[in-house]
Amino acid sequence: MKAEVEILHPGLYSTIQDFGRRGFQKYGVPLSGVMDRIALKTANLILQNQADAAVMEITQMGPKLKFSAATKIAISGANLSPKLNDTEIDNNEVVKIHEGDILSFGRPKYGMRSYLAILDGFKTEKVLGSRSWYDDITSHEKLEKGMNLQYEASEEEKYETHATIKFNDEYLNSEEIEVFAGPEFQKLPETLKSHLRQSKFSIDKNNNRMAIQLGEILENKLDPIITGPVLPGTVQLTPGGKLIVLMRDCQTTGGYPRVLQLSEKGINMMAQKKAGDKIRFSFKY
Amino acid sequence: MGERGILIEFEPEISEKLLEKLLFYKDKLEEFYDEVNVEVINTYNSLLISYMFSIENVYNEVSAIKELFGEAKIGKINNQQIFHLPVCYEDEFGWDLEYISKEKNLSKKEVVELHTKPFYTVFFTGFLPGFLYLGGLDKKLQISRKDQPRMKIEKGAIGIGENQTGIYPKSSPGGWQILGNCPVQFFDKNNDPPCEITAGDKVKFYSVSKEEFEEISERISEGIFQLKKENYEG
Repeated sequence: MKAEVEILHPGLYSTIQDFGRRGFQKYGVPLSGVMDRIALKTANLILQNQADAAVMEITQMGPKLKFSAATKIAISGANLSPKLNDTEIDNNEVVKIHEGDILSFGRPKYGMRSYLAILDGFKTEKVLGSRSWYDDITSHEKLEKGMNLQYEASEEEKYETHATIKFNDEYLNSEEIEVFAGPEFQKLPETLKSHLRQSKFSIDKNNNRMAIQLGEILENKLDPIITGPVLPGTVQLTPGGKLIVLMRDCQTTGGYPRVLQLSEKGINMMAQKKAGDKIRFSFKY
Repeated sequence: MGERGILIEFEPEISEKLLEKLLFYKDKLEEFYDEVNVEVINTYNSLLISYMFSIENVYNEVSAIKELFGEAKIGKINNQQIFHLPVCYEDEFGWDLEYISKEKNLSKKEVVELHTKPFYTVFFTGFLPGFLYLGGLDKKLQISRKDQPRMKIEKGAIGIGENQTGIYPKSSPGGWQILGNCPVQFFDKNNDPPCEITAGDKVKFYSVSKEEFEEISERISEGIFQLKKENYEG
């Protein structure tokens, strides 16, 4: 049976995401997909969903949602004090939903992005092989009041499970971000290389699904490069000396020197950092 | 680049010869890899092999690629096409045509002639979905970007920035000098592939009047516009 989640209040910035769009980078289409894949996998695993079932990515201030029919949900990633009707609920657990239930969020406790998985995933439109929202590719860019999102209602029990999932949330709070040297790292002067290895950096308020800027200003004497490929996790050094960590919605090419490349785990960790948080790069060879 | 990408860089230059080489290797790589798990993109002087999963043994991958490249004798680009794109250079769309003509000591007519003359080479697509990096702009038309970028440039706008010319596939902020507008939307997210024009193809602009522009727009909205294209024999 078709069922819908009604958006009573959109919150700050929420989108529908899956693993993203593969195979269209050569047309300039960003990969997109969830910022934090660990949280997506965990939430879907708890519900025994397909690993790439579409989830809602919720940033800092959560939305208020009303369910039109019974289902199950699980929330992972950041803890934004979720509440079902008037009762607080926990992250990383199966939560049963009844017709008319209202899910809301409160004060952010830790992390930046929370993930709401629903049984069998959200059934929103699929464009170029993915349900991930991206401006101009999908019809919607972010949640708006009054929107309705499709899902499959389910009364029946899949099969009762008593196994619990031990969720390691250490990555949500750790300051150590795993990186590799980027293509232009070797061109940096020694002082700057060791600065990148040793110093702490802070997350700027300028951060979104495309990129996260770091606050510190470095001395940059590198020339721009001929426009070349970039990926999520590429760290660019701008002519003004700022470090920009490209994230899942980043463009496919860029002209700034690529000094570092985050590991997959590093990208997931970075996705959970908010303005003012400190990080340190830990080099992996 | 990280656990999921291998970047192969060539000499830092922008040339058709290098593009030919890159596209040849790109074809080889796509043949070699299963396209489901790997995507290969090119820019002016790089190939990026981007993997869906983490690379297990990077040394094996690199030696396989080296072997693949070693035996290769570079051939011509396959299936090259020329796309003829209509552009309206009239005042309503050519916001900076006046400025360009003054700066460059050319009449507006001469600017349009110089801009519609070349067969531009598509080097790659990047920056925005469907944004083509075109090479071959006449040196006489090279002009620096605007000091203050505009907040909004219309979809389809054709601009010049330094030695590059290109079409904005969607309205966005931008600093290029705008000289016209192309009504054809050659990027369509509902098609697979979403863009017919790819790296190695040629693009040629032809000038149309405001009336023709509107006629073409109408035919596009009715779904009966045929993009003019032909095979290119290099």
